[in-house]
Amino acid sequence: MAQKQFREVIREAIREEMERDENVFIMGEEVAEYNGAYKATQGLLDQFGDKRVLDTPISELGFAGLGVGAAMNGLRPIVEFMTFNFALVGVDQIINNAAKIRYMSGGQVKIPIVFRGPNASAGQLGATHSTSFESFYAHFPGLITIHPSEPYDAKGLLKAAIRDDNPVIFLESEQMYGWKQEVPDEEYLLPIGKAKVKREGKDVTVVADGKMYHVAKKAAEELAKDGVEVELIDPRTIKPFDMKTVIESVKKTNRCVVVDESHPFGGVAAEVGFQIQRDAFDYLDAPVQRVTIPDVPAPFSRKLFDAWIPGPKQVIDAVNTVTYRK
Amino acid sequence: MSNTDKASITSRTASITKATDLPKPTRKTHKGLNISEEQLLELYESMYLQRRFEERSMQMYQKGKFGGFLHLYIGQEAVSTGSGFALNQDDDFITAYRDHGHGLVKGITPNEAMAELFGKKDGCSRGKGGSMHYFKPEKHFWGGHGIVGAHLPLAAGIAFANKYQENDRVTICFFGDGAVDQGALNESFNLAQLWKLPVIYVVENNGYSMGTAVHRHSAGKLADRAYPYGMKYDVVNGMDLFSVIDKVSEVAERVRETKEPYFLEVVTYRYRGHSMSDPANYRTKEELEEYKKIDPIERLKTYILDKKLASEKDLEAINEKVEEVVLEAVEFAENSDFPDEKELYQDVYADDDFPYLT
Repeated sequence: MAQKQFREVIREAIREEMERDENVFIMGEEVAEYNGAYKATQGLLDQFGDKRVLDTPISELGFAGLGVGAAMNGLRPIVEFMTFNFALVGVDQIINNAAKIRYMSGGQVKIPIVFRGPNASAGQLGATHSTSFESFYAHFPGLITIHPSEPYDAKGLLKAAIRDDNPVIFLESEQMYGWKQEVPDEEYLLPIGKAKVKREGKDVTVVADGKMYHVAKKAAEELAKDGVEVELIDPRTIKPFDMKTVIESVKKTNRCVVVDESHPFGGVAAEVGFQIQRDAFDYLDAPVQRVTIPDVPAPFSRKLFDAWIPGPKQVIDAVNTVTYRK
Repeated sequence: MSNTDKASITSRTASITKATDLPKPTRKTHKGLNISEEQLLELYESMYLQRRFEERSMQMYQKGKFGGFLHLYIGQEAVSTGSGFALNQDDDFITAYRDHGHGLVKGITPNEAMAELFGKKDGCSRGKGGSMHYFKPEKHFWGGHGIVGAHLPLAAGIAFANKYQENDRVTICFFGDGAVDQGALNESFNLAQLWKLPVIYVVENNGYSMGTAVHRHSAGKLADRAYPYGMKYDVVNGMDLFSVIDKVSEVAERVRETKEPYFLEVVTYRYRGHSMSDPANYRTKEELEEYKKIDPIERLKTYILDKKLASEKDLEAINEKVEEVVLEAVEFAENSDFPDEKELYQDVYADDDFPYLT
């Protein structure tokens, strides 16, 4: 096994699937000649040519919709957004067309398409470039939403996403493209909709997705020094959400903190918290707590930004609350 | 209505193409267009079917047989019919929410079409789409789309897939004059021309985007929207079946050969309001009457009779047959079951066992 960067495994997953199925193609801003704004598509143009690796104009509505039409008519497009912040100008194509046409047609039209690209905050980029969309996309029936935190999961899940017959939102992270993990050289796929217990513990369940998984992991390491054993669950897929794994864990630990980079209202943390109170109410020794982005847009100034983005401290505070340590 | 009101309506509608000012119809005869006499009667039947289907739909709607929106195509039938005739059966159609005519032309049966309006399980979208969302992909009919302009990129994508698969099919995408103002049109035109996609974009300019006359919603001429993209374009008389057949045939041949898009402005007129709730107070009765004088079905009928290609009696027989088909469709729709409640959770995802949140 070799250490591989997030961007490398994204590229490998796309390459392997394009080699496997000639109906798979990729398009997006700067994916071809520029080799990808974040180099996730480096070398693909050379290998597959400009029929299957296409630079688009800055025209998210146009190329997102073009991808949906191509998927309706037999192809399996991968649409890269330079960031999901830019996808907002084309979101009608995702929500009204990609997600609903199968249903509106009574199941006659299949739309196997993957929309992928960086999601969420990547530092001081200001309010328009910092939104995390996992809760937003998971809200809409018809879409699968995947939000991996590590290269190993990302590769297996992206390959599964490309082979899936549903429209898939695959959320990466600009900040994590350089992060590394041991990833097998041989081919593997991972099941969509399965969470993973990444650290076992008996004292408190912490559920954290995407970049927040790493924040929670750091918090868990700190807490361990203090004798608090966190059970850390990475949902990996947001829709469908593997609630079973979470409920089982909560029944063991009796306490839960949900960490998510969405805003609080109607977000992943709100949903997971609701499900736990309904399905594991009698097992809870404390109200479920959440750590999210606050209910305000991303600020620019470093000082304000640091107050805005959740860090290990907030997770530790929340764990202390549910364990009544403070 | 006061004189002032009348005057203001006249001034506001003054820039709609007058019925008398439509582009000149083609001079070609049916023979010149390679339409056999048999086909000519089929075309008449198709147009008459679309009209009677919708008139019955309207009646059923008013009787409260079904709810939702109902946008009628009456007056514009030459566009769907002529395009269907000019193109191959496996060419791809996609349109907006005024979709009954196009759907029937592409092979949705009147029974399936009516059952869909009634929200029944035998409808062309299994009762899940309704009037605005007819689908029949096996016949290359890709919907029925409810958001103005949102299906234009889909058409580019359908054409992209055809070119990618090198199958020689042409895509035709219909939309109303209101869609011309959407960003989706401009993004689609740019991509279609840039990537040389075999798609024909057709604006059915019926004079009004809902209640707003074309000169009040669109700067410049509609057809000119193609110009900055270097896309070929033309304007055609949409009240004349032969003109539509003539132009769409020519355009289709060109698009199939060059794999480049084309923009066609078809000038037409809708007789009814935007939807059932619209009394169409924004236009004059005189304007409507002017257009009814050049009704596409009457025009074809007159042609057939003048050329003695069929008798009054022959056409009457076709009308009666259509009448029966439509009444049968109503009966079929009434007798069809509503979808089972478990259908609510089907066809959202490809998986039958998707774990929906509750």
